[in-house]
Amino acid sequence: MSPDVKEVKKKLRVATTSLAGCFGCHMSLLDIDERLVPLLDLIELDSSPLTDIKHCGPCDLGLIEGGLCNAENVHKLREFRAHCKILVAVGACAINGGLPAQRNHLDIRECLQTVYLTGLGVERGFIPNDPELPLPLKQVHPLHDVVKIDYFLPGCPPSADAIWQFLTDLIAGRTPKLGHGLIHYD
Amino acid sequence: MSTEKPRPTFQMDGHDVPFDEGQSILAAALAAGRYVPYLCYHPEFQPHGSCKVCTVKINGRTHASCTTPAHEGDVVESNVDELNDMRKGLVQFLFTEGNHFCPSCEASGNCTLQAVGYDLGMTSAHYSPLFPDRPLDASHPEVLLDFNRCILCELCVRASALVDKKSVFSLAGRGIQKHLVVNAESGKLADTELSVDDKAMSVCPVGVILRKRRGFQVPIGERKYDEHPIREVAVQKQKGE
Repeated sequence: MSPDVKEVKKKLRVATTSLAGCFGCHMSLLDIDERLVPLLDLIELDSSPLTDIKHCGPCDLGLIEGGLCNAENVHKLREFRAHCKILVAVGACAINGGLPAQRNHLDIRECLQTVYLTGLGVERGFIPNDPELPLPLKQVHPLHDVVKIDYFLPGCPPSADAIWQFLTDLIAGRTPKLGHGLIHYD
Repeated sequence: MSTEKPRPTFQMDGHDVPFDEGQSILAAALAAGRYVPYLCYHPEFQPHGSCKVCTVKINGRTHASCTTPAHEGDVVESNVDELNDMRKGLVQFLFTEGNHFCPSCEASGNCTLQAVGYDLGMTSAHYSPLFPDRPLDASHPEVLLDFNRCILCELCVRASALVDKKSVFSLAGRGIQKHLVVNAESGKLADTELSVDDKAMSVCPVGVILRKRRGFQVPIGERKYDEHPIREVAVQKQKGE
């Protein structure tokens, strides 16, 4: 190859989303701080709360925070699975339902009634039923209940160092491995 | 240690491990600084052999290392992919069966199940979680029971029966229905003789038996397995540290 032909490295296209999550995992991603600069030399963002692109195009990597608590979550997850070569469940909620799944042993109808009708301090309440609102699922599910997940990155949230280790391993073509101090379920 | 007669040894993953007559493979390995993951074993109690996480291959056959006495010349495999994958599978079953929500658990960082999961590189429970309904028992003025986290190791059952002589705890049911129960007419902890000084209070490897009003006294990040992984902590404990 002649020296004047510049080798253009193709950036990995990455999509991210938060389903039944709290955006804590996204905050933790931003917590990699100045390492965002070298990261952005290696990746470009597709659909993500950070770009506000609403739908996911063909991507190399999809990072999903949060579990599945309503029908829209399931649609979004399937969209990501259809477009992302590698799909990663990020954080406790994506991996085992997490905090939202603490409602799983309760009846969803009773839950909604307590929150919107009979709960402490509720006056003239009603259960929201706008057709635009996605219907809640009977139980909250982890992502791997519905689609194939390629990697799991645990933590509530995974620390910035864990996310950095994971992403740099993956981008370099290594199997991501989190050692002591980086692997956490809490 | 006797200076005249060398202790007998067996081989574990290519290393000589000395043992005393009648000592189990697991106890000897831990004493020699060689970690084997385990959940239901406790050095102060008769081994139980139920969690199977400590399974090793002895002369080519699988055995629970906590219940198998060591013999001179045994060839033991432990830290190999085949066995670690099996151990990880067992731990994943336990995470699937119960409700192990680490982010809100008072035992997080002190929990053997969690620490063994970390050690084995478990990043998810793999199976579809069962989300069982297991109400708490908060009846006792000093103690809270959170059955969601029970892994059926029977350490509290053993401690309460053998050391405290109270038999506060028991396991009931079979198979997937098996669960920890409180030995009282009402089924409530308040109606037992349990006291906070009981041995049963200190043996739970997970976060089932908790002192009330003591939650998070030791902050997350400064707990047993935060500084060092269980692989190191478990063998230090054997050396009397």
